[in-house]
Amino acid sequence: MTNTKRMKEDILRMSGVNPRKCMKCGKCSGTCPNYDEMEYHPHQFVSMVEEGRLEPLLASKSLYTCLSCMACIERCPRGVEPAKLIEAVRLLKERQKDGNHLTANDIPARIDDDMPQQAIVTAFRKYTK
Amino acid sequence: MKVSYYPGCTLRNKAKDLDFYARECAKVLGFELEEVEDWQCCGGAFTSSSDEIATKLSSVRALKAAKEAGQPLVTVCSACHNVIKRTNAAMKDPAFAAKVNAYMKQDKDFTEDYNGETEVCHYLEYLRDKVGFDEVAKKVVNPLTGRKIAAYYGCLLLRPGKVMAMDDPENPVILEDFIRALGAEPVVYPARNECCGGYMAIENADAAKKRSLSVSESAANHGAAELVTACPLCRYNLVKSGSELPVLYFTELLAEALGVKEANA
Ligand code: SF4
Ligand code: SF4
Repeated sequence: MTNTKRMKEDILRMSGVNPRKCMKCGKCSGTCPNYDEMEYHPHQFVSMVEEGRLEPLLASKSLYTCLSCMACIERCPRGVEPAKLIEAVRLLKERQKDGNHLTANDIPARIDDDMPQQAIVTAFRKYTK
Repeated sequence: MKVSYYPGCTLRNKAKDLDFYARECAKVLGFELEEVEDWQCCGGAFTSSSDEIATKLSSVRALKAAKEAGQPLVTVCSACHNVIKRTNAAMKDPAFAAKVNAYMKQDKDFTEDYNGETEVCHYLEYLRDKVGFDEVAKKVVNPLTGRKIAAYYGCLLLRPGKVMAMDDPENPVILEDFIRALGAEPVVYPARNECCGGYMAIENADAAKKRSLSVSESAANHGAAELVTACPLCRYNLVKSGSELPVLYFTELLAEALGVKEANA
């Protein structure tokens, strides 16, 4: 099995998403509040995973700009749940050696006195393994 | 009536008002929040991948403690609620629960497997379903008459709709009904269930600001003078975005209406 094939299988298993259910209507991307910040949009994650085009996704900053707001999950007419796929790709990346996107040293410069603990723990959960 | 209570890390620190008024108002409304002993941080976000086991343990420990106390588990923070309710739903799947329970067996106070038995309830749900908003209304001593308040749901209270099952995820009414019970006028606006920017505040503060501003502008354009939320991160993002509207926690509003705020001033 090629590496790409194995990674695709991992992503599908971890996320439980079946990209073949997608009818390419684009509603997920149309409703995505962070559309402007993402180079690959939720419908593209769905089709690129299905096509096995994983390298561009694994290298994309879209992994970190998806807000996990679940709007795409709630509003997809086919129940595809794109955000679960994005999360699985992100985890795959973060589980690689040196795959973390955030370190404790990054934190002091990015917070202020009002920042709730919730923001920091959530960022660590999303951006590190 | 006593319920198990999971405050979470932020309510013990930056969001003390959210916590304090929840406890004090509960007393007025005839129930008591009994804090789960030795609770651990929920991690702030539910990780949906089916092989994420360790990230679920802190929630399962709190759920298990509530089960042992024979009480529902009440949360106030939207994020804790989202994580714990989704973890509880995941624990109803025997294959997933078996993996988590295998870890739990290492806990020194382990007694029996946990399989999603606890009822998880947001404080607002508890008010609606157990106390009743009409009963809340009867206890109001300072009706918030004439105030135009926009309910901000964000993402975490409602989604995923099938699991959170708190309200219609696209057309919710629970916060509006709550606002009405306190004597104020709810303002419905399109962005009430769109994201505030969430943890992007750490990654890209400007992008988070844009998200929050679109929420508060939507509320202001529909005539709101105040925003109300159950989430400390929503509140932070909305305030930092430079929103012209004051942003309150729902428990502060409740405390004001019940006379709890002035009693503790
Ligand atoms: S909304 Fe659903 S069906 Fe439509 S493009 Fe997105 S994933 Fe595919
Ligand atoms: S979960 Fe991510 S991809 Fe889906 S709508 Fe929200 S920000 Fe966009």
